Amino acid sequence: MAMQFYASPEQIMRDRSEYARKGIARGRSVVVLTYAGGVLFVAENISTTLHKVSEIYDRIGFAAVGRYNEFENLRSAGVRMADLRGYSYDRRDVTGRALASAYAQTLGSIFSEQGKPYEVEICVAEVGATAAKDELYRLTYDGSVQDEPGFMAMGGQAEAIGNVLRAEHSESHSFEDALKLAVKALASVGGEGGNSRNIAAEQLEVAVLDRARKGRTFRRVLGPALATLLPAKAAAAPAEPAKPAGASEEAANGAAANGDPGTTPPKTNGKGNGPAK
Amino acid sequence: MSAGFNSSGRLPAAFTTPGMSSFTEFLSQAAPELLPGRRTLPAGTHDIAPHATTIVSLTFSGGVVMAGDRRATMGNLIASRDIEKVHPADPYSLVGIAGTAGVGLELMRLFQVELQHYEKIEGAMLSLDGKANRLATMIRNNLGAAMQGLAVIPLFAGFDLDASDPAKAGRIFSFDVAGGLYEEHGYDAIGSGSLFAKSALKKTYRPGLDAQAAANLAVAALYDAADDDTATGGPDVIRKIFPVVMTATAEGTNRLSDAETGAMAEAVLAERRNEPTV
Repeated sequence: MAMQFYASPEQIMRDRSEYARKGIARGRSVVVLTYAGGVLFVAENISTTLHKVSEIYDRIGFAAVGRYNEFENLRSAGVRMADLRGYSYDRRDVTGRALASAYAQTLGSIFSEQGKPYEVEICVAEVGATAAKDELYRLTYDGSVQDEPGFMAMGGQAEAIGNVLRAEHSESHSFEDALKLAVKALASVGGEGGNSRNIAAEQLEVAVLDRARKGRTFRRVLGPALATLLPAKAAAAPAEPAKPAGASEEAANGAAANGDPGTTPPKTNGKGNGPAK
Repeated sequence: MSAGFNSSGRLPAAFTTPGMSSFTEFLSQAAPELLPGRRTLPAGTHDIAPHATTIVSLTFSGGVVMAGDRRATMGNLIASRDIEKVHPADPYSLVGIAGTAGVGLELMRLFQVELQHYEKIEGAMLSLDGKANRLATMIRNNLGAAMQGLAVIPLFAGFDLDASDPAKAGRIFSFDVAGGLYEEHGYDAIGSGSLFAKSALKKTYRPGLDAQAAANLAVAALYDAADDDTATGGPDVIRKIFPVVMTATAEGTNRLSDAETGAMAEAVLAERRNEPTV
């Protein structure tokens, strides 16, 4: 007969937390931040079909890191909940806060009742009528929920990435500036010897909740539209750090001058999210 | 119901079931009372609710146009002068309803959520044929209510993103009360005035029209329907209430402004004033 070992509840919870944290830290990071025109999501993701960032409802977006099957399950549950609410009441009655609290309850009970916690960290973002009304919620594997102040980073080395954002984030940033900051933050970790590195446009998944749009505000920024917005860092990556940084800034400013974020909405592929009704 | 939480506050199993991308299927598990086809109705409920009437749709080079009059009737009374019966189903398709207005509008709302829900869950839109089939299923589920006098018939039209020839990408689908689905070529109309509208289009429609000409024909056909059918409303120049005209093209759906439809209706009136038919 197998011997029954005693493990204190504290120990069990600690083990589960550690297990979940390790799983989350293995993944690539996601950054969410507010800017003048709405909310920007930038994820490091080599897949173009398995998304880390997606649409939940008219003004609500979702970003996640960790195990794909687990956060995909939560994402579809969120879409169902939002659509059910919007169908039974009105589209305006679907709020990010309600969704965040449903996720918190779900993650919390999975954490305490099931053998294995979900190895995920989630952001629920809602774009408001003004920048002051934007909401970002961070949900962790144990069901705790935090209201974040305009920016957040999730995944491996989230702390270091968050520090870059904290130093430079501003609600009044243009789309180009916000994107530049997000990419800079993501690239600030993971280089050789703790240095920063380059991230190509193909490795990024970028989406916005566009404050100015009516109806569905979620738009992906893809392909050429994204490539022109990113600083064109040439192949000379590990060269002297000072010079490429200056050159890239110039390139980015050129791109910013070409496309004013206030007047031209970010281009999308058009197929998934067509013109607003 | 309504968010369907159980006592622990956790989202119930229906919400987290993988592999289900239909909103109606989800509703049938999470909140079946919200589905239109599930209600038990007492017998003999005729003429208790307003009826919506004529919708016309015709294809043009590069898309499709749909127009509907603004009248809803209840027996001999006009229940509404400014009801809107043509709506976008999603960014590339249009749906118009005839029959019991309440059931029709509910069905249309459910259909809109259904298409958007699929797109969000799957990350891709349904094909135009897929959308039409889905709508046919929803009409079929309403058969019980239809037998009790609450029938609703939609007209569905859209821009087919998968079409090989963009000039022929505008397609129209009609339905019967039992959920039959029929693709129409060129033009179609539904509702009490459809006979007259179709007769008008039969003489005036030709393939390869441009969008403006097609919209003009649609407004003229509605005028002809209103001329002979009491349940169809003509252009109301006193109150400035004109037909709803919408197009679906590669650029998406577009509703013509009141100024545009007003001008089109005035043009039809002027034409008839010069040459009144008996």
